[in-house]
Amino acid sequence: MRRLLVAIPTLLGVATVVFLLMRLLPGDPAVVIAGPEATAADVDRIRHQLGLTLPFWQQYLSFLGRLSHADLGISIRTGAPVIQEIFTRVPFTATLAFISLLLAILIGVTAGVIAATRRNSTMDVSISGGAVFGASMPTYWLGLMLIILFAVHLRVLPAGGSDRGPISLVLPAITLALFSTGLIARQTRSAMLEVLGQDFVRTARAKGAARTAVLIRHALRNALLPIVTVIGLQFGTLLGGAVLTETIFAWPGVGRLLVDSIGSRDYPVVQGVVLLLSVSFIAINLITDLLYAYVDPRIRYG
Amino acid sequence: MALPTASAVEAPVVELAVVVTTAGSRVWVRLRTHPSAMVGVSILALYVVATLLGPLVLRWDPIHQTLSDAFLAASSGHPLGTDDFGRDELVRLMFGARYTLALGFAAVAIGLAIGVPVGAVSGYFGGWIDLLSQRVTDVVLAFPNILLALALVAVLGVGLTNVIIAVAITSIPIFIRLTRASALSIRELPYVEAARALGVPSAAILVRHVIPNSLAPVIVQASLQLGAAILLAAALGFLGLGVQAPTPEWGSMLGLSRNYIFSDPNLATFPGLAIFGAVLAFNLVGDGLRDALDPRLR
Repeated sequence: MRRLLVAIPTLLGVATVVFLLMRLLPGDPAVVIAGPEATAADVDRIRHQLGLTLPFWQQYLSFLGRLSHADLGISIRTGAPVIQEIFTRVPFTATLAFISLLLAILIGVTAGVIAATRRNSTMDVSISGGAVFGASMPTYWLGLMLIILFAVHLRVLPAGGSDRGPISLVLPAITLALFSTGLIARQTRSAMLEVLGQDFVRTARAKGAARTAVLIRHALRNALLPIVTVIGLQFGTLLGGAVLTETIFAWPGVGRLLVDSIGSRDYPVVQGVVLLLSVSFIAINLITDLLYAYVDPRIRYG
Repeated sequence: MALPTASAVEAPVVELAVVVTTAGSRVWVRLRTHPSAMVGVSILALYVVATLLGPLVLRWDPIHQTLSDAFLAASSGHPLGTDDFGRDELVRLMFGARYTLALGFAAVAIGLAIGVPVGAVSGYFGGWIDLLSQRVTDVVLAFPNILLALALVAVLGVGLTNVIIAVAITSIPIFIRLTRASALSIRELPYVEAARALGVPSAAILVRHVIPNSLAPVIVQASLQLGAAILLAAALGFLGLGVQAPTPEWGSMLGLSRNYIFSDPNLATFPGLAIFGAVLAFNLVGDGLRDALDPRLR
């Protein structure tokens, strides 16, 4: 409960920043949004539509008021409500982010555990090296390289789009997952190394528990806290990375909507997407915090 | 390199020098025996050489178009071939190194110049200053980095200076958090208490004791942050919202190469490889610094 209350000022702050961002537009936002070919009537219509004729504080209050009704305004490009524009795209981004996270957790945790148990072996060195490579790889470049390899040369996977079912998810999911996989593997390795040196692990081994049982039930369970933290933080990376991945693979998600909207100066949509993705990130962090208490019963939130 | 933010670049470097001269030789010895960190240092040395020597040894202009030479394959005259406007790819990549390094260093320098003092004051004094700075960092950290940078560039407009500002803003909260955490524990240490008892002014305690002693994790993070800043700045360029064509910035070169991915995939390969190398180098050096500054964690 206390955690929920702490999130409120952050949410308010995020809404304020998003509101102020629009006011950072140099000159008259209505003129900028209307574009160079607009008539004076167009500019006037947009000015009214955005409520720019009101005093500043009234604009702010009405912005917050509309937010509380999930009203993010009207898209300038399509004339549809921003919230509707966003929600038709959410399933695509959610699927992509979820599959990528699953991939990153599965591969990252497994690789991290293997690296920790064979510390300083060739296996460990290559996993640790691979993790640094993954975390240094520009998402956008990896995506292009995968397209060149699998779509241009081998012709086995589509270069983009979403019309070929699960198979169109393969390259985007791998692209988006790689960065997080590297970080999760590194964190798992160092958390496991810390735990593996402790007495209760030696005791478990001494009493003759099976090797994998010791690793998973005793060691991994106790190393879980920092791993869960990193996984929670990866959600922000994934939501951000989705912007790039969706652009490269023409995946019709929220990230692509953002880039397209910036290109066409559809600022209400830009505002809406930035707000929605940041609020999702706050919500995920909150859930991660609550998960701590589940993972480690010693932690209690009053 | 003439940077638009030269004054901001100098401030933190002076602070770093204090640490490097006192504990520096020890750290350098450890760093030199760290194989992966040396790989990072070597890559960086290569990039610096490319930045400095590129303009002297190459005979092509990175901007001038020669349309009759477009999409040439690699040859002795053009070791990596030419791009869609007939410009030598290698020359453009070598010129690009200066933009990438300048962007990274300028953004991180601004992050340090604001983050370290704010974090130190916040942690040392506590109270409402701390509360305020913590709530503000909470809000900034609530935005995924690339989203905040994109939104800022969307309203401020594209171009080198705005990209630096956008990337710098995403790195400030991390330095505030790190410095604050160190300052919180340092203010309880006996030597700080002694200084206070002797009547040393708070400002002097901050500058002479708290900040220098909180720098170890900040230096490590600065190196990792350089990699992250380069990655982010190039991402903006890739989306067409960063440094603009015809400037040979690697991100925007990569973004434009997408149009020729089926006909001339090499144009996508090399700029990306250059970005990857730079980020990898800073990450390896950062890891090496972490091991060198805190051998316990190895």
